Amino acid sequence: MSNPLADMEKPDLIFCIGTNMTECHPVAATRIKRALKRGAQMVVADPRRIPLAEMAELYLPIRVGSDVALLLGMAHVIARERLVDREFIDARTKDGEAFLEHVQQFTPEWAAGITGLPPADIERAALLYGRADKAAIYYTLGITEHICGVDNVQSLCNLALLTGNLGREGTGINPMRGQNNIQGAGDCGAVPANYPGFQPVHDPANGDKFAKLYGREMDGEKGITKVTALNRCGEGIHAMLIDGENTVVSDPDRHHCEHALRALDHLVVIDIFRTETAEFADVVLPATAWGETDGVCTNTERRVQRLRAAVTPPGEAKPDWWIVSQIAQRMSIAGFEFESAKDVFNELCGLSPIYAGLDWDRIEHGEYNWPVPHKDHPGTPVLHEGEFKNGRGLFRVICYRDPAEVVDDEFPVWLTTGRRLQAYHTRTQTGRAAGIDYLLSEESLEIHPDDLADWGIPDGGWASLRSRRGAIKIRARASNMSPRGTVFCSFSFSDVPVNILTGSGYDPVTETAELKVCPVNISPFEE
Amino acid sequence: MIAEVKPTATATLTLDGVEVSFTEGETIYEVAERAGREVPTLCYDARLEAFGGCRLCVVEVDGMRAPVASCTTPATAGMVVKTTTDAIEKHRRTLLELVASENRENEVDELRGHASQELKSLLDRYEVRGGRFAGRQSGTSNSTDDNPFILRDYDLCISCYRCVRVCAEQEGDHAITMMNRGFEKQITTEFNGILKDSACTFCGQCVQTCPTGALGDRKAMRAESLPGEVEKTRTVCPYCGVGCSVDLLTKEDRLVGVQPAMDGPANEGALCIKGQFAFDFVQHEDRLKMPLVRDEDGELHETDWETALDRAADGFKKAAGEHGRHAVYGVASGRAPHEAAYTMQKFIRAGFGTHQIDNCSRA
Repeated sequence: MSNPLADMEKPDLIFCIGTNMTECHPVAATRIKRALKRGAQMVVADPRRIPLAEMAELYLPIRVGSDVALLLGMAHVIARERLVDREFIDARTKDGEAFLEHVQQFTPEWAAGITGLPPADIERAALLYGRADKAAIYYTLGITEHICGVDNVQSLCNLALLTGNLGREGTGINPMRGQNNIQGAGDCGAVPANYPGFQPVHDPANGDKFAKLYGREMDGEKGITKVTALNRCGEGIHAMLIDGENTVVSDPDRHHCEHALRALDHLVVIDIFRTETAEFADVVLPATAWGETDGVCTNTERRVQRLRAAVTPPGEAKPDWWIVSQIAQRMSIAGFEFESAKDVFNELCGLSPIYAGLDWDRIEHGEYNWPVPHKDHPGTPVLHEGEFKNGRGLFRVICYRDPAEVVDDEFPVWLTTGRRLQAYHTRTQTGRAAGIDYLLSEESLEIHPDDLADWGIPDGGWASLRSRRGAIKIRARASNMSPRGTVFCSFSFSDVPVNILTGSGYDPVTETAELKVCPVNISPFEE
Repeated sequence: MIAEVKPTATATLTLDGVEVSFTEGETIYEVAERAGREVPTLCYDARLEAFGGCRLCVVEVDGMRAPVASCTTPATAGMVVKTTTDAIEKHRRTLLELVASENRENEVDELRGHASQELKSLLDRYEVRGGRFAGRQSGTSNSTDDNPFILRDYDLCISCYRCVRVCAEQEGDHAITMMNRGFEKQITTEFNGILKDSACTFCGQCVQTCPTGALGDRKAMRAESLPGEVEKTRTVCPYCGVGCSVDLLTKEDRLVGVQPAMDGPANEGALCIKGQFAFDFVQHEDRLKMPLVRDEDGELHETDWETALDRAADGFKKAAGEHGRHAVYGVASGRAPHEAAYTMQKFIRAGFGTHQIDNCSRA
């Protein structure tokens, strides 16, 4: 997030797009509810009539995967109505003129044809966002899990740059991270393009720095993403170390994923449970869990916080860092003589510019948001104040693209997936928590009641759900959250493996899968 | 987060004979609390709008005929406030006697909730029991709501409205309200049903603000009979990326419950159903306890660490030896701490000089 969580109570206009926040980030959503009570207005764009939609001044039920069209249409109106922040554009951005010229062609009427929204609503959304003194954007995977995920994010950036809604309290571009330490995994350099602290691997100076630190020459080329690695299993990738991820259930196209893991010569899985993924491993190593492990995590607002152990781990389970270090030592890799989590974290702080002002003891109370470039620095709750890290904010000229697969006669219905309030990911954790079954004991497919009737499926009956990649059996449930022609389910239940169906395409830049769009065919289930 | 810059304090008032400065907008209660005075209260929760319902926080103010509720009275310049006169203390004792008299019991296990000991502490402090006014009772426990999370033991309800207010003001859910008046008062849901059929999301906020244990954390209460003291350990929730601070409740190495940290920087006391109630995967019987290796029979078998780590290391050496250093790939976790992700990327970079490392954020 460019702005801290506390800022969520401060905007005049809240624009939520592709985020089912009351279910996926419920505590953050309480801040939005308080902002609304204070008098803020909210625009919500989502294919499903999610709970946030009921609280909105304006709800935009966009067709799945049509976000770029909506955002171009909004930019058009903002430009036409002269709601652009000239001063901000001139002082702090680049390529604004090209963008303003580009959006002239994208009228609300044009965007309406793609999004399925009334042109007047697109116009109104633009006016609400454009006229607000402080407007903040919040999004989640509904924006990024598309073949045009990067285009979606950059379209949101264009809107914020156009109206000067960055670098100030109560504004910003705010992705809500979905896992407790997914931000931290990136901070720590567990990505193919960056060393720890987002230091690019293609910069020779960084290569030299880490060659010295790690005692060996470093590739100047970035690595491949996990998606590509799974595609190359058995052909280039022959061994894998997977830590705490149930790849087989959470990733798109399950059959492809299982096939990939089987093609490896050597798979080592570190986890707290014997997951579906562990079943493919040659070696499974038991890790200590949350509540048993001392460590550090970073939340969605870049706040670096301590995790503390409260109970002893079961059997012979060990911390992940110990396990990885032991493997490394057995391979004679230097620099793994860590004796505690504190040792590891302090080494990270020593080589990451965004953590340079931190160490284990300084984060005791969690008051720092990175970057913290030196010990006297108070942390950076609001990014881009005064100037952007790379100088000027860049406008990007972006055009709308269709999803990788679109509905047709054979697969006439849009399937989109996500989370539910009471379940988390592949239920390795919530599925083992007493009481959760009382509220959510099985997965079901949310279908508009009229569609259900048209398709001859009884409410609560079994349906067969088919895509170009496979078929699953799922219980059908009437829901007014689904618009006609679009259905929804979560990927949490292993007995309803919806990711057998997904995986139609990937964003060309990030290789993030288009999990939010999958044309399907639905029929009553027959034995 | 940047600390809120408070406007410079210019005004002062006299609190129990001492001159104290305050900022405009502060109530007498807030000024007194800041000055270290322990003004008793049962309906106050710092996160909520002041309510003035319990009347325990009354203080004497010179020039005012009757005592005033300090939680709803704004501080004004030159005010002379007395927080603990004999008359005020007698008034508080009587109020507490009235409150205590209509509850089935006033001592509940601390596992019921974060604030569950507040009434008992005040009764102890004022050495009060309820005998004098014993008789009628308000609030009837709901025995039909069999949800596994929230006990609704309204025999112990004192109508402080904290649950109703936290649900409305803090959560924005408005799932519960008060019906009837006088002794017939009752906390309830729409259509007087069970929580599951209401707007309740089972975030547990009502439980944690209840000052009597009328609302209880049923999951934590399972451990009431376990031996040992309750200990608290501050950490961060393991679910989404909001990073809510929580206190883990343990009894002799058993994780028995979770409570929100009222001073948690990301959540300021708020939690959701997952953070509040979905903790018991940690000590679940399905946890992996020993390393496993796949033997010639094709199955995974338990083994010791030496064997497993040797197997793990040999496999990576062999793969790199046969197929080159780019053949080894690492996937770090978005759930494990920094130390896991950092050592994972270092293993790949220091071990092979490549950047064949990613995490689970793309799926």
